[in-house]
Amino acid sequence: MTRSAGGTLSLPMKVLRYFSRLMRTTAFKLLAAYLMVFAIFAVSVIAYTAWHTRELIQNQVAIDLDREMRFLSDQYRVGGIQRLVHVLDRRARRPASSIFMLTNFQGEVLAANVADLSLGLLDKPGTRFTTYERVDDSGNGLSTRSHVAYVGVALLPGGYRLLVGRDIEERDTMRDLVARPAQWAVLLIVVLGLAGSIFVTRRVMKRIDAMTATSATIMAGDLSGRLAVDGTGDEFDRLALSLNAMLERIETLMVGLKEVSDNIAHDLKTPLTRLRNGAEEALRSGRSEEDLRDALITTIEESDGLIRTFDGLLMIARAEAGQARSMMSDVDLADIAENVSELYEPLADEQGLDLTVQVEPMTVHGVRELLAQALSNLVDNAIKYGRSPDGARGHVCVTLVRVGQEAVLSVADNGPGISAADRTRVTDRFVRLEASRTLPGSGLGLALVSAVARLHGGHLELDDNQPGLIVRLHLPAKRTDAG
Amino acid sequence: MTSNLDPGFLTTMRILLVEDDRDAAEYLRKAFREAGHVVDHAADGEEGLALALDGKYDVLIVDRMLPLRDGLSLVAELRGRGYATSVLILSALGQVDDRVQGLRAGGDDYLPKPYAFTELLARVEALARRGGPQAADSVYKVGELELDRLAHRVSRGGKEIVLQPREFRLLEFLMRHAGQVVTRTMLLENVWDYHFDPQTNVIDVHVSRLRSKVDKGFDEPLIHTVRGAGYMVRPGGG
Repeated sequence: MTRSAGGTLSLPMKVLRYFSRLMRTTAFKLLAAYLMVFAIFAVSVIAYTAWHTRELIQNQVAIDLDREMRFLSDQYRVGGIQRLVHVLDRRARRPASSIFMLTNFQGEVLAANVADLSLGLLDKPGTRFTTYERVDDSGNGLSTRSHVAYVGVALLPGGYRLLVGRDIEERDTMRDLVARPAQWAVLLIVVLGLAGSIFVTRRVMKRIDAMTATSATIMAGDLSGRLAVDGTGDEFDRLALSLNAMLERIETLMVGLKEVSDNIAHDLKTPLTRLRNGAEEALRSGRSEEDLRDALITTIEESDGLIRTFDGLLMIARAEAGQARSMMSDVDLADIAENVSELYEPLADEQGLDLTVQVEPMTVHGVRELLAQALSNLVDNAIKYGRSPDGARGHVCVTLVRVGQEAVLSVADNGPGISAADRTRVTDRFVRLEASRTLPGSGLGLALVSAVARLHGGHLELDDNQPGLIVRLHLPAKRTDAG
Repeated sequence: MTSNLDPGFLTTMRILLVEDDRDAAEYLRKAFREAGHVVDHAADGEEGLALALDGKYDVLIVDRMLPLRDGLSLVAELRGRGYATSVLILSALGQVDDRVQGLRAGGDDYLPKPYAFTELLARVEALARRGGPQAADSVYKVGELELDRLAHRVSRGGKEIVLQPREFRLLEFLMRHAGQVVTRTMLLENVWDYHFDPQTNVIDVHVSRLRSKVDKGFDEPLIHTVRGAGYMVRPGGG
C-alpha cells in the first residue's frame, strides 16, 4: 500500500495520520511546550499549597494536644484519678476527634475511647503517629476501620499512663479538599490546552495548506495563481503579499519570455523559410549559371541577416545578464559621441540629412564598445526614419549634456516621430512599427540600446521632438574634474 | 625608407589551422588552396602546439574551443615561449569580452563565427603582411600615389590631395595593405576601433568620399571595390 493511497486507509488510520501531521507542526510543538511548562508550574503551586495546609493543620493539632494533655494532668493533680476518669468518661460521650486512654501501672485500662492500639505504645512517653481502632458508639460491634492518629503519652504520678490523641483523618481530608479540585483543575487545563493547541494549529495548518496548494498549482504551470490574503495584516498576510509580489514579477518575466520566443519564432523562421524557398526555387528552375549564382548570393545575404539577428539577441541577453560589467572602465562619452557622429555623417549626408553634434566633456563608467553600438543604433535609426515627411532636408542632432548627476546623450530627428502609444513598445525586442517593415533592420536596435542603458544603471527615454523623435539615453555620469 | 609595390608580391602562405571540426577544416583547407595557400591541419590543442613549434608558418588560425588544450591556452603557451608568428583566433563567442580575452592571451586578430571566407582570407593575408610596406616605412607608395605618414601629406602625381584626419587614416590603412583585400569590418576595427557591426554600411560612404578625392580626375583608379569582400588599393585599372 502506498502512502499516497489516502482514500483506502481506514478511519482510525486517517485520524492517526492527521494527528501525527498536526503534531509535527511548529505551532503545535510551541503550544505543547508552553502547556507543559504551565502544567509543571501549576502542579508545583498546588503541591506547595497542599503541603503548607497540611503543615498548618499539623501544628494546630500539636498545640491542641499539648493543651489537652496539660488540662488533663491538671485534673489529675487537683482531683486524683477519680476526677480524671470522670472527665475522660464525660469526654468519651461527646463525639469528637480526640482519643484517649488511661491505664494503671499494671496496664489495665481504666478509661478509653479506643479499641485497639499498637502494643507498647504506652511504654514510651512523647508524641508520635500511630494507628488505632475506635470504639464504635453506634452499637453494632466493633468497627474494624483503622484510623491514623497523632498521640501523646504522659506518665502520671502513681504509675498511671495517660494517652491523648487526635485523629488526623481530618487533616488529610482537609489536604484532599485542597488538592483534589486542584488536580482536576490541572487536568482540565491540560485537556483544554491541548484542545486549544489543536484548534490554533489547525488554523495555522489550514493557511499553510492553502499556501502549499496554491504553490502546487503555480508550479504546475498556472502562473496567474496568487496566495490568499485575508486582510488581517498578520505575518501570514505579509508573507503572502511578498510572495505574491514575487509571483507577479515571475509572471511578467515569463510573459516576456513567451513573447520573445514567439517573436524569435516569427522573426527567425521567416527569413529561414525565405532562405530555404530561395534555394529550392533556384535548384528547381535555375537554368543558367548566372541564375544559380544570384540565388547563392541572395542566400548568403539572407544568412548574414540571420547571423546579425542572432548576434543582436546574444548581445542583448548578455547586456541584460550583466556579464559585461567586468569590462567596464571610465569611458570618454564625448569622444564616443563625436566618433560615432563622424562615422555616420557621410551616410546621413548621402541620405539627404544634416548630422550635427554638440557635446560637453563627459566621463561615464561603462563599456566603450557597447555605448558606441547603442549610439550607432540610435543614429542609424534617426537616419533611416528621420527624414522630414514634407521632403525638406532632414536634420539629425546628437547632443551630450550633463543634467545633475546624469549624462544625457540624445539623438533627435525631425521625421514623422513615433506616436505616444507606440513609444514604450518600440524598445521591446523585434517590435517594428508597420511603417518601417519595408526598411532593412532586425527590430533589435532599440531593445539593445535599452539593455545597454540598464546595464549602465541608466534608462532610455523616447519623446516628441515636435516634430520628430528625440531619444534620450540617461546614464550616471562620473564627477568632472571641474567640479 | 620607401617601398614600391610589386603587383604579384603575394606569394604562397603556409598556414597552420587548429580546428577540431573536420568538415570546417576540410572546407578551409580547400578554400585556402584555391586562393593559393598551403594549410596544415591540427585537430586538437596539443597537436597544434607541437606542429606550431615544429614547422615554419606565416599565420596560425586557432579555434577557441579545442579538445585537450583550448585555443587561448595554446596561444598563451606559444607566446610564453617567444613564438612570434601572427595568430588569428576563431570563435563562436563573438562578444566584446571574448574578443578582449582572445587578444589578451596573445592573439593578433579575432574573428567570430560564422564568418565569410573572404573576410578570413583578407585578415589572414593582412596578418602575414608579406612583401607589402612595413610598419616602419614612413612613406607608402602605390603607383603615383604617395602618403607621407610623418608629414601627414598625400599627393598623387606631384599634386597634393587634402584629406580629413579620418580620411588620411583610412587611406593609410588601405595603402599599408596595398594589393590585399581589406574588408569593411577590418576598416571599422582599425580606423575607428569599433568591433560591432553597423546596421548600415557606413564604411562604403567613407570610402566613396575618399575615392572622390584620390581617384577623381585621374584615368587610373587606385581604390578598387572587390565584390563581396571589400576594397583594395593597387595600381592598374580593372
